[in-house]
Amino acid sequence: MAKEVDTIDRSSKKYILKQNIKRNWQIYLFLLPMITYFFIFHYVPMYGVQIAFKNYLPNKGFMGSDFVGLKHFETFFNSYYFWRLLKNTILLNVYGLLLFPLPVVFALMLHEVRHAGLKKWMQTITYAPHFISVVVVVGMLVAFLNPQTGIVNVALKMVGMEPIYFMAEPGWFRHLYVWSGQWESLGWNTIIFLAALAGINPELYEAAEVDGASRLQRILHINIPGILPTVVILFILNIGMFMQIGFEKVLLMQNNLNKETSDVIQTFVYNVGLLEGRFSYATAIGLFESAINIVLLVTVNQIARKIGENSLW
Amino acid sequence: MSDKVFERINTSLVLLITIIILYPLIFVLSASISDPAAITLGKMWLWPVDITFEGYKRVFANRLIWTGYKNTIIYTTLGTLLHLFILLPGAYALSRKELLGKKFVLWFVLFTMLFNGGIIPTFIVVRELNMVNTMWAIIIPGVIGAWAILVAKSFFEQNIPDQLVEAAKIDGASDIYLFFRIVLPLSLPIIAVMALFHAVAVWNQYLNALIYLRDDALYPLQLVLRNILIVSQLAATSTIGISQSFNEQLKAAELVKYAVIIVSALPLLVVYPFLQRFFIQGVLIGSVKE
Repeated sequence: MAKEVDTIDRSSKKYILKQNIKRNWQIYLFLLPMITYFFIFHYVPMYGVQIAFKNYLPNKGFMGSDFVGLKHFETFFNSYYFWRLLKNTILLNVYGLLLFPLPVVFALMLHEVRHAGLKKWMQTITYAPHFISVVVVVGMLVAFLNPQTGIVNVALKMVGMEPIYFMAEPGWFRHLYVWSGQWESLGWNTIIFLAALAGINPELYEAAEVDGASRLQRILHINIPGILPTVVILFILNIGMFMQIGFEKVLLMQNNLNKETSDVIQTFVYNVGLLEGRFSYATAIGLFESAINIVLLVTVNQIARKIGENSLW
Repeated sequence: MSDKVFERINTSLVLLITIIILYPLIFVLSASISDPAAITLGKMWLWPVDITFEGYKRVFANRLIWTGYKNTIIYTTLGTLLHLFILLPGAYALSRKELLGKKFVLWFVLFTMLFNGGIIPTFIVVRELNMVNTMWAIIIPGVIGAWAILVAKSFFEQNIPDQLVEAAKIDGASDIYLFFRIVLPLSLPIIAVMALFHAVAVWNQYLNALIYLRDDALYPLQLVLRNILIVSQLAATSTIGISQSFNEQLKAAELVKYAVIIVSALPLLVVYPFLQRFFIQGVLIGSVKE
């Protein structure tokens, strides 16, 4: 008896799905391009990550290549570059994260500008660099910092200083990378905070006015607490992208003279994998990086959950 | 501190930051029509000095820049169309409650935000598909991401009322008819936003081209720019012992580089202020927590 119930139960579940697909097959059809794309360009490469534990040979494929265990990871951890790459990757990202408050502060400042027309102009101008490609941004850096003809070195020479070849100095790389990033995104990153500020309950301001609070006090006691949840969420998201932001830009700014500081895990993966063709080794390094990222994201999210209600999941 | 003083100081500071951000753009614009010698001598720092259009003439005479422009327009157009073709039906289906296994499909998509195979396995897949050194390698990988799907899905959920869909179905409309005749016309704002975001991303990207293209006839504008603005410049300045002919070459490069920045970046910079509200809308819809 029990068996019979079981089969009916299962077939009825199947039946529901079958009926549903029959009735709404066009809806399922709509999903097809999306699922196909994600399958081929995300899940097949994920399946291919197994070559990190193999010696990949194109004619043997992902599955058929010889298994070598953790060999590539060991090679990487013992390599001369390992500590340099780890240090560069972490320092570059920590530097970037340290500047995370800048757009928050800039949003608070923009919000206080009362002249509507002026404010709009300032927003349009400061958002604009977001639309400039990373190639052009680095191209501008190269042009401005050119030791002979760049405006920065021309100015240095005019005040009697020696020109500096910024793009080739390892000591300058991180500053250039991070601050040119601020130029690109300071304005754009205020958008979400400005929206959060606009969403603050106006009654709070009215109450503050009755209490005689100054503008500064209102910012401290209403605006900052008002946008804090948004700030926390974005901070978590930023940490989640730790170690993988800006690879495209680093690759453009990198040259043989500044590699001491500009060589990060992802550029190393690119160089070793695509230029030297060591696919398995490069995949292993990339996997190591992804693992760190996931651990970081989950940890930060847990911490945020403990502290307050603001977490991603 | 009184509120008025505060207001003045604050506005001045914001203005100062705005000017600092604007300055490099003004400088490039002025430098593109100035004599390079004036820049090297420090005479040009804001407005153009010794105006010349030689840089632009050379840019327009450069065959690679033109093919790059043409390629970029083709890649951007096709890429954006494909983006919408995958995004709109997919996100719409995910917003429908008739769909069984919706949670599973959503996770299937969202998981790719957390973990991906990395550039090497992706490269191998693209190579196995014989797309290396074809325009498809630029258009297809990265044509859509989980973020876009989330944004469009939440738009459909909020803006397409269930009653409307049900009423149309009772009248005998099929899902496909409904989608094209009712849903899409009601979704023009989100279509514009998503198309714009993707178009800007394709217009500005160089990495896929660097990884997948060998043939310079296929190069998009950004890769041509990279070679003119960065690779050749760094190679030039790191060479020791500057010869006369080399000086000439440098001067030619000086003439071209600012003009080429303007020619490539201006279209977006000019168009963007008019579309600003769409972009802001996109950022805001995207930031809504699920």
